[in-house]
Amino acid sequence: MIENIILSMRGIWSHKLRSILTMLGVIIGIASIIAIVSIVQGTNRKLEKSLIGSGNNVVSVSVLQDNWEYDFSSGVPSGIPVVNDASIANIKQMEGVVDAGKFHFRQGWNQVFYKDVGLSYGKICGINAGYLDMVEYQISAGRDFSEEEYTTGKKVAIIDESARDIMFNGENPVGEAIEINKEPFVVVGVAKNLNKQEEEYESINDYYMNSYSNGQGQVFIPDGTWPIVYQFDEPESVAIKVENVKQMQPAAKMASEELNMYLTSGEYSYGSSSGEGGEELKMLTNAIQLMLVGIASLSLLVGGIGVMNIMLVSVTERTSEIGLKKALGAKRRVIMAQFLTESAVLTSVGGLLGIILGIGLAKLISTLAGLEFAVSIPWIFISVGFSMGIGILFGAMPASKASKLNPIEALRRD
Amino acid sequence: MILELSNIYKTYQQDALEVPVLKDVSLSVDKGDYLAIQGPSGSGKSTLMNIIGCLDLPTEGTYQLNGTDVLAQSDNSLSEIRCREIGFVFQSYQLLPGETALHNVMLPLSFAGVPRSKRKAIAEEALRRVGLGERMNFMPNQLSGGQKQRVAIARALVNDPNILLADEPTGALDQKSGAQVMELFKKLNEEGVTIVMITHDSGIAAHAKKIKYIVDGRIYDREEDARHAILEEEQSAEAAESTESKEA
Repeated sequence: MIENIILSMRGIWSHKLRSILTMLGVIIGIASIIAIVSIVQGTNRKLEKSLIGSGNNVVSVSVLQDNWEYDFSSGVPSGIPVVNDASIANIKQMEGVVDAGKFHFRQGWNQVFYKDVGLSYGKICGINAGYLDMVEYQISAGRDFSEEEYTTGKKVAIIDESARDIMFNGENPVGEAIEINKEPFVVVGVAKNLNKQEEEYESINDYYMNSYSNGQGQVFIPDGTWPIVYQFDEPESVAIKVENVKQMQPAAKMASEELNMYLTSGEYSYGSSSGEGGEELKMLTNAIQLMLVGIASLSLLVGGIGVMNIMLVSVTERTSEIGLKKALGAKRRVIMAQFLTESAVLTSVGGLLGIILGIGLAKLISTLAGLEFAVSIPWIFISVGFSMGIGILFGAMPASKASKLNPIEALRRD
Repeated sequence: MILELSNIYKTYQQDALEVPVLKDVSLSVDKGDYLAIQGPSGSGKSTLMNIIGCLDLPTEGTYQLNGTDVLAQSDNSLSEIRCREIGFVFQSYQLLPGETALHNVMLPLSFAGVPRSKRKAIAEEALRRVGLGERMNFMPNQLSGGQKQRVAIARALVNDPNILLADEPTGALDQKSGAQVMELFKKLNEEGVTIVMITHDSGIAAHAKKIKYIVDGRIYDREEDARHAILEEEQSAEAAESTESKEA
């Protein structure tokens, strides 16, 4: 076997041009498969990151209208009651759920100001005790709200570091007054996002939002204070912390079902605006991958036929060698193994070259198009196995033809 | 008795026509024999060689090779028999051009299932036996015709076959190299190798201990009978021609 492989390698080397031309179909096929898979997986990885959110395993469920988060600044529609504590208790019991809590959320243009500097598209959250811990924010300056502040409607605020950087320009914000929806608040603390990384978006929507607004930053106020700034009986969103990323979507779905039971208006429903879109996009990219890999496989088929053709030529060329070997006592399977090995080695070498080319191609495309680059190790093994399989599949006919040659006929040729 | 052919017929089918090539050939070879089968071209000697070498099967008759009924064997077991029992020497050497002399000689060992580690030593020994100990790593195109034929003989001997079967072994050689090959055959026969040699050349056939003559598919023990057969054949051909011309 090893002897056969060495012999085949020598044969490939001694017919360099012919071997390369024969392998071309396999090289192109494998290279395109690897490039396609790498690019799609890179895109998926990026999507996945966006689905994971900020990495704290928290998924939010809020009132949606036509799959978009409903903006309560235009009033509370009838049929949407506030979230009751029994629902939260139920959600906490669900599989995979670590913690759950309700919060108010608003995002809008210029609702938060320090002097004349505004958070152009800042987020305002009305939170209860424990929320900061759950979303993995830590007080980095000043203090957390006191128990009293959480419930009694004090106008105090905690801002995150992004908001501080945008509004305070290096000054210490603790003790300063800011304006939230035209009401004055005292900043008591600064919170640091423990999971903050570059370019992390909580949803696909955010990704697009951020492309035209550079206004980031979050401001937390006690949930008890929310009605003073915004409105009474405004339904909350529910934040659910799960054990791992995979449970985010199922937990969000179960929680939505629980909350939907209390809705009397069919126009609205609870759901997670982040994620769903991403899942759909992922399904789409996977479908595209399947289609493209299918097309690339056609090139492998053509490559395989090329290999079969050249192997038939090789059998004819080496008729006398085969005849001699048979005359000297080589059994059919010896001849068969020799030619099968040769075609398998030929296509495997082609496959390896294709993988190298494909990775290079993927790297180039992802760099040019600003996509993420991910080499799929399983696909590399699949490709090598696949190209070897093509060699064996398309080498079988020529090899069998060679093994059945009549030694007398074969020796008489020259 | 190593080899016994009895009442062998071989008929080729050419379109609708049946062409008899061997007619009632019986032949036996003992261990240690050195037999030459001499005949003109077209006499059926190549066909006889193919049958003796188990490359082809007769249409009729029986062939016992070292106790095995050759006619009852499958393609694969014929390969095995050729590997074990027969060493071929061809007129045109039939060496693999891309391999060294040593590797050419090692080839049949791999078919016989000799472990890789032992092949080299056995092949080297065989090359020394034919006087090519110095040129083991030469490529065939770096060797003279006589040397190539000696590599082929080493290759034929390497599996220690019961019969060395040579088809016009000197046909492609000059007189001097041919004589050297004949000397080598003589030496090998003295060492106990059974040789069957097929040739058209009476000078070459004379080196054998025993000669049989083949004419028109029939085998003769005595040269006179063969001559007679040739004459008869010529006469009948002439007669056929004359009847043809008369008819025309």
